Amino acid sequence: MLALIPLLPFAGFLVNATMGRRLPKTVTGGLASAVMVVSFLIAVTQVWALAAMPPESRQVNQVLFTWITAGDFSLDLAFRLDALSAVMILVITGIGSLIHIYSTAYMSHETDADFGRFFSYLNLFCFFMLMLVLGSNVLVMFVGWEGVGLCSYLLIGFYYEKQAAADAAKKAFVVNRIGDFAFILGALLLVVTFNSLDFTTIALAAKAMPVEVTFGTLSLITLLLFVGATGKSAQIPLYVWLPDAMEGPTPVSALIHAATMVTAGVYMIGRNAVLFEHAPITLGIVAVVGAATALMAGTIGLVQNDIKRVLAYSTVSQLGYMFLAMGMGAFGAGIFHLMTHAFFKACLFLGSGAVIHALHGEQDIRKMGGLKKHIPVTYWTFVIASVAIAGVPGLAGFFSKDEILFETFLHGHQILWGVGVLTSLLTATYMFRLVHLTFHGDERFGAVADGHDAHGHAPQHLSTPAPEHLSTPAPQHSHGVHLHDAPAPMAFALIVLAIGSILAGYVGVPHALGGHNNLGAWLEPAFQATNCGQPVATGELAGIALEDCLPGEEAGVEDHAALELSLMAVSSLVAFAGIGLASFLWLKRKDIPAQMATQFAGVHKLLLNKYYVDEVYDATIVQPIKVVSQEGLWRGFDVKIVDGAVNGAGYFVSGVSIVLRLLQNGSVKTYAASIFAGAVVILAFYLWR
Amino acid sequence: MNGLPLLSIAILLPIVGSLALLFVSNRDGSKDGLVRNITLATSLVTFAVTLLLWAGFDPSAGAPAFQFVERHPWIPAFGIDYYVGIDGLSLMLLVLTGFLTPIALLSSWESVEKHVKEFSIFMLLLEASMLGVFSALDIFLFYIFWDFVLIPMYFLIGIWGYDQRIYAAVKFILYTMAGSVLMLVAIIGLSWLHQSATGEYSFDLLKLYELTIPEGTQYWFFLAFALAFIIKVPLFPFHTWLPDAHVQAPTPGSVILAGVMLKMGGYGLIRLAFPLFPEAALYFAPLLATLSVIAIVYGALVAMVQPDMKKLVAYSSVSHMGFVVLGIAAFNVQAIQGASYQMLAHGVSTGGLFCIVGMLSDRRHTRLITEFGGLKSVMPRLTAVMLILTLSSIGLPGMNGFIGEFLIMLGAFKWDPRFVVVAALGVILSAVYMLWMFQRVFYGKITNSHNAGLKDLSLREWAIIGPLAAAAIGMGVVPNVFLKPMEPAIQRLVDRVQSRQPLTAEKGSGIFSLPDDGKTGVNPQVRLISNPELPRVPVEKIPDPFSGGQR
Repeated sequence: MLALIPLLPFAGFLVNATMGRRLPKTVTGGLASAVMVVSFLIAVTQVWALAAMPPESRQVNQVLFTWITAGDFSLDLAFRLDALSAVMILVITGIGSLIHIYSTAYMSHETDADFGRFFSYLNLFCFFMLMLVLGSNVLVMFVGWEGVGLCSYLLIGFYYEKQAAADAAKKAFVVNRIGDFAFILGALLLVVTFNSLDFTTIALAAKAMPVEVTFGTLSLITLLLFVGATGKSAQIPLYVWLPDAMEGPTPVSALIHAATMVTAGVYMIGRNAVLFEHAPITLGIVAVVGAATALMAGTIGLVQNDIKRVLAYSTVSQLGYMFLAMGMGAFGAGIFHLMTHAFFKACLFLGSGAVIHALHGEQDIRKMGGLKKHIPVTYWTFVIASVAIAGVPGLAGFFSKDEILFETFLHGHQILWGVGVLTSLLTATYMFRLVHLTFHGDERFGAVADGHDAHGHAPQHLSTPAPEHLSTPAPQHSHGVHLHDAPAPMAFALIVLAIGSILAGYVGVPHALGGHNNLGAWLEPAFQATNCGQPVATGELAGIALEDCLPGEEAGVEDHAALELSLMAVSSLVAFAGIGLASFLWLKRKDIPAQMATQFAGVHKLLLNKYYVDEVYDATIVQPIKVVSQEGLWRGFDVKIVDGAVNGAGYFVSGVSIVLRLLQNGSVKTYAASIFAGAVVILAFYLWR
Repeated sequence: MNGLPLLSIAILLPIVGSLALLFVSNRDGSKDGLVRNITLATSLVTFAVTLLLWAGFDPSAGAPAFQFVERHPWIPAFGIDYYVGIDGLSLMLLVLTGFLTPIALLSSWESVEKHVKEFSIFMLLLEASMLGVFSALDIFLFYIFWDFVLIPMYFLIGIWGYDQRIYAAVKFILYTMAGSVLMLVAIIGLSWLHQSATGEYSFDLLKLYELTIPEGTQYWFFLAFALAFIIKVPLFPFHTWLPDAHVQAPTPGSVILAGVMLKMGGYGLIRLAFPLFPEAALYFAPLLATLSVIAIVYGALVAMVQPDMKKLVAYSSVSHMGFVVLGIAAFNVQAIQGASYQMLAHGVSTGGLFCIVGMLSDRRHTRLITEFGGLKSVMPRLTAVMLILTLSSIGLPGMNGFIGEFLIMLGAFKWDPRFVVVAALGVILSAVYMLWMFQRVFYGKITNSHNAGLKDLSLREWAIIGPLAAAAIGMGVVPNVFLKPMEPAIQRLVDRVQSRQPLTAEKGSGIFSLPDDGKTGVNPQVRLISNPELPRVPVEKIPDPFSGGQR
């Protein structure tokens, strides 16, 4: 049964990839959505069965076949469901289903062939993503890991005729490959160290090892794996691909670049929690990188003008939060935020898609405004998700973000906590800047572009046809034109996700608020390698609990109720302050942002151009490699030196033979002369000696 | 096995086919169709025979090392036999050869239009000699096949190639001949060593394996063999014949060249150079590994900046084959399994890439990347297949390229992680050059009006590329189908090299001397038992066996 969860979307992919071009949209889209829904239902039953087991033995294994055997190295293609992957498969199939349903309406303007292609990619993505989280060893995970990268490549480049889309797709793949370089080395080091790639085996072996106070093998392994995670999950220094990835269709941004794929790095750390716990140095690096990314992306998000890019930087920022949690060893908190974030960020992206859909491809928030009354469903769901991400008490984001901040403070990292709070303020501010500029204020979407825009990505959208819906003309709207709100499938997805954005947090209500942090308790065994039975069982529902596998103690949580409450108060205030600030600046006193932009032109430009990181990478890495390869290696070494030597040897031989040929001229006199000369030389030699 | 000399049948079938072609009168090209059908049928039957060999092959560990063995005296005075037999490693390469030849032939049906009969004869002779290389157990026979391969390929490039075909053909043959001449000297020397140890000449590979050769001699012999093989692979810095040969060769030539001929180099290293001269091989292994990681990075970087698609794929071969040599240098089970697998995978993926480049070149008569762009909108099917092969080439997990690279890196990591750190850069770079090409050729809008009307894959082209794409995926999902038969063979070869335990002989008996501590140059896992009874022959004094009055 377990294997069916990923295999169903794969079947959907096969059908749509081979026949999608000839099938009507209702069939392709319907099939793709149906396999996801069925997959979700199976996932629910599987998780239900898992929940019925005693907590410390919650593990379901399914070995499909032995994949690679070479000498003493052998690897199964095997799936494993445990508390952690259970959360992930529910998120992937659940939110995945919603996004499939949403897409049937959103992509309906495409041709049948493109429509089929889109859904085949989307199904393939879900297959690989499920493989990633269900894989019971590093290599199966890596298949999923690279597979989702491939689908991300295909979907970012979905509008392949557009240069920016093709560039962004390649950039995403290549940057991810840089992370994979480290990931592979980490995997190899795992094999050499543990002689296994199975997660449980590794975790049990690592558990018996001492915690590495100084930098050792475990630190190196985890650091390499983390570098892999920075690629997939868009953290410093490899985050640069994610904002560009917004060239893909918006449902893709919601599914891949917000809810699922980009969280793979967080999941991977959670999957190897024991390993990371034994490498505190790496954990420290994870936390600092996470916090720095959160802050940096937050500042950039504050000034971007493309609705999807604001959300993209917000995603980078929130992922930074998750890594901060992982770095604190608060794995449960990180996964909690991963889950709540999946709801509200998917909702936000789909909402932005509905906006773009209504405006026929417009993505520049300076050309929006006042959409509230035109597209109420989109507006309300968007606002709910924004409130959730801002961390307003009672909604999903509040609980998960708060747990992260609390854990950070509790571990004595006040500076990182401060960074987290500051990021929280930024989050609330840029989200409500987005809400206000998009939905409130006066309607600017009718206005024809005024003058040349010096920066940002606006020019692209003005000079080229609407980036999405290439097949439809993009009429300029004027005031009073009737805008379509999200059609039924889109509205359905938005509403469900908005409800999720409110309720998702209640699975992890902290003890300080009278809850039981159910999610944390559920996840705890997965982070502790409690299933001490060797994962040799090949059937389903196999899991052995041993005596020493006790669920993690929950001590120390209740003692800090007062601290947690006061921290909550701080972050709630910060959330409201951010919302208030945004409302003041972008509703009341719209002149201030413009003034600040001119007054701090340098800073503004720096932020608008994303700290020029892309440019720096290009100048210091990309161009030098190109030039050296072209001029130095190819035209220089290969053509001049090696071939020069080879051809030179050839010329030498033919040159010598020309000279030698002259000697053999058939003239007896010449031969006689040379014999005489030779005799003289030999004679002279002997005499001289 | 079942009475029929299947192995000889496989080798002889293409020769019989080419003889049959001699009787087809095709001076005016009117019988081109018949010639092509005979040729294709011959190669398909040959493929079927290689599959029969696979079906009849016993891969269990207890089975005989070499199966389908046939032995007939040939030149008894020198102990030269027609002696063939295969183990799992040979078997897989035979199947690869059998698989790729019909595909290469099909790819010629539109690109090769002149002298079809001669072309077909050369292709079949080429196939026969490649099959011979992978099955010969007599190293003289091996050498005959090895050098014979050059002749049809020389003509394929020189006659049916592109503009600068003569330069490329001459460069190809001189480069590879330079290596194989030295190998011939070493082969004769080996037989002479056998004579001085046992009293009779022998070119029997299995007997020569048992020889214990003094180190000084080993180094020279190893270098002579290895040079021939690494030129063929080709390893940096002996690779510059490859881009020229590939670019000038017709598509079927490129497919065979990249798909099978390069593998002869890797096969020679695994089968001959390392097990025959284990101590020397281990002494030089770090050097080989260094060159191979340079090749991986260098090939990739140079591939990245190529304006010509075919040259790009050619340089990518340098990079991929660098992985093969890295695996061989590490010489443990995982690394050799990986290297062998990588050879098969590279044959499939690069063979496929050359086919696609050939298809584009047939349509547009150019291979310059800048001439293309936006092809996805007019040829979605070709684009899809190209994507599969591209992904296989860059080693996406789940595709064939990954299995080989991973096992090589795993084996090499156990040996010396430093090489792997450099080699793994290839993982990044391959994505860069392949996807960049893919983007420039297939993505974007059609800017060149010549591309607007291009036809998508024809049925014949499906027959070429479909099996390759299927193999690229299948080999990634169920690699054990191919790994299992090779395992016993590779285990034996590795054992043979690793069993040569510690060095007891006086050091420096030859021209080279071993490092004293045994750490700097020699793999500490593997040492030599020097047989004191064996006469120590300084290499300079090896007499010419032909001068011994036997003639």
